Amino acid sequence: MAQRKQIRWHIAVFLAPAVLVYTAIMIVPLFGTLNLSLFNLDQGNRVFVGLRNFATLFGDPRWSDAFWNALGNNAWFFVIHMLVQNPIGVLLAALLSSPRLRGAAFYRTAIFIPTILSFVIVGFVWKLILSPIWGIAPGMLDAVGLKALFAPWLGKEEYALTTLALVSVWQFVGIPMMLIYAALLSIPDEVIEAAEMDGVTGWAQFWKIKLPLILPSIGIISVLTFVGNFNAFDLIYVTQGALAGPNFATDILGTFLYRTFFGFQLQIGDPHMGATIATAMFGIILLGVCFYLFAIQTRLRRYQF
Amino acid sequence: MTKTIRYALLASTLLSGAAWAEDVTLTIESWRNDDLAIWQEKIIPAFEAANPGIKVVFAPSAPAEYNAVLNSKLDAGSAGDLVTCRPFDASLELFNKGKLADLSDMAAMANFSDVAKSAWQTDDATKTFCVPMASVIHGFIYNRAIFDELGLTPPKTEAEFFAALEKIKANGTYIPMAMGTNDQWEAATMGYQNIGPNYWKGEEGRKALIAGTSSLTDEAWVAPFRQLAKWKDYLGDGFEAQTYPDSQNLFTLGRAAIYPTGSWEIGVFGPQIGGAFEMGAFPPPVAADGDKCYISDHTDIAMGMNAATKHPEQTKKFLEWVGSSEFATLYANALPGFFSLNSAAVEMADPLAKEFVSWRETCEPTIRSTYQILSRGTPNLENETWNASANVIKGTETPEDAAKRLQDGLASWYEPQKK
Repeated sequence: MAQRKQIRWHIAVFLAPAVLVYTAIMIVPLFGTLNLSLFNLDQGNRVFVGLRNFATLFGDPRWSDAFWNALGNNAWFFVIHMLVQNPIGVLLAALLSSPRLRGAAFYRTAIFIPTILSFVIVGFVWKLILSPIWGIAPGMLDAVGLKALFAPWLGKEEYALTTLALVSVWQFVGIPMMLIYAALLSIPDEVIEAAEMDGVTGWAQFWKIKLPLILPSIGIISVLTFVGNFNAFDLIYVTQGALAGPNFATDILGTFLYRTFFGFQLQIGDPHMGATIATAMFGIILLGVCFYLFAIQTRLRRYQF
Repeated sequence: MTKTIRYALLASTLLSGAAWAEDVTLTIESWRNDDLAIWQEKIIPAFEAANPGIKVVFAPSAPAEYNAVLNSKLDAGSAGDLVTCRPFDASLELFNKGKLADLSDMAAMANFSDVAKSAWQTDDATKTFCVPMASVIHGFIYNRAIFDELGLTPPKTEAEFFAALEKIKANGTYIPMAMGTNDQWEAATMGYQNIGPNYWKGEEGRKALIAGTSSLTDEAWVAPFRQLAKWKDYLGDGFEAQTYPDSQNLFTLGRAAIYPTGSWEIGVFGPQIGGAFEMGAFPPPVAADGDKCYISDHTDIAMGMNAATKHPEQTKKFLEWVGSSEFATLYANALPGFFSLNSAAVEMADPLAKEFVSWRETCEPTIRSTYQILSRGTPNLENETWNASANVIKGTETPEDAAKRLQDGLASWYEPQKK
């Protein structure tokens, strides 16, 4: 008689708390939002409108202009992070992992500290530093004779978004640094020694041996940056307010969503259009992550030590 | 030992509860938590002394949370008897949902002008649901020490206004005007809404816009933008990144000569300046000498009755008192810069507040043009005005383009403006 396979109840029991909590605080609200975006008010009553909210968002020039502007700004915000934050993070990690560097622990801590600061503090401090009236930036530039280079960056349409992106880079550069640093430390000494035996040292060693080994970490960092940037909101809100001035030059999807969903000043919140924007954001992030998972991660080569 | 004390305390609580039981306690919902001390020490004692048997408790919540807190309390039936009313749509919505009582037939309503009541009425002005308390007046505050030093007098006309700015600029010691565009609302509220009523002729223009007989591209509505465009040259270096607190500090530190503003700053600036210099004020300049002047006398705060109150009689009694000249005098003096809307003249002690309120005698009052009805749709006219005013001051959008954009936005959803 074949032995009956026992039902392994303990698996379900151990998974249950996490599944329940995650369902309650993530999955249910997510579907709630998707559901909300399919309704709208008609003479005070909530009616099902299908995809009409999306037609408004993408079809009505008033909505779509604001949406594409926010998406474009968001893309630029992400590009700056990818081009500045992540390379600097890798570079700092490479320097920190060098055995000849003294006081590595101090640098590591100093560079990581801004990451644990609140957005409110970072936004406020940088606003003060860059202030044309009280800030130290004009004074410092003046001291080296470059006063002419100073501009009220946060108030100019052409510079504001880049300035804020760089402030965000300053704040978060510690995260890629730490992740890459950990990845570099996990490279076995034998591999490094073998490389040295073959005469691969210095920068060549970094490019040819270490970089390929930390590529999966860089990939994860890119995804984290992507998700973080497309959900960003706090820094812009703190420094420029919900109207994301000057002239919506710093408006990203997060601030656009906030204004629409919760309202602003005399503008009364519109949860239905807000949910529509949130759904569009969810779609964009989902597409980006899927692209990474299927197109990039499957091609990354992994090395087993 | 401690047990005895506890019982004693419990007994005294019960007893005192019983002793007050014959009194009616009214609770006020408000967002003015800054004013808690003034209500507890000055206003409520004055009412209680005159009306034995009614106790009043002032229970404010944080300004940013007030609307949400009030809505949920009203829905749950736990809101206070008296409700402090935000102007226009926020309160109108509560009235339409039956949460606020109709107060049209109160005797105290006769003490208020139509403009004063307009913020708390139905669109057709047949029903009033809150007793107006206070308004704020827009104008310009100036540093009298700088004016004396440069031999300037408060300008009356546009030409004099720009001549004064030019003179301060030529002297080079001071920033002619403290204003920044970073926060945007300064440009719209202290710029456009401040000087605008002189051009669109106050209520006449505002009502014509609501009726659809005039449009934002008419000269009356573009002209204020043309004026704002000229302000750029007289603002401080880097005004594009200057915030509202920056502007306040520039003025109170004596580094700027003129500050376009509203009367609510009086109570804030006085202690900050601490007597370092004297402040003066002048109303928005008119186009030519002798022109009729208009000021923005914006209705800001009122009080209504929770429709579900258990003590309607006592609540109305309190509201009648809020509509009286006695309350007006108390309130206006406790909070200089928040002016009573009562038609009866109110004696005030603060000279700057007196200066502001004296304009009511010569100028026609109006309210901010975007507040009533016109900011109900998408795009929101008030928010768009912030953006447009900031753009015009910075020079990134011409007055005509800005006006056209506002008009197109308004006409896209507001029936009377669709042509």
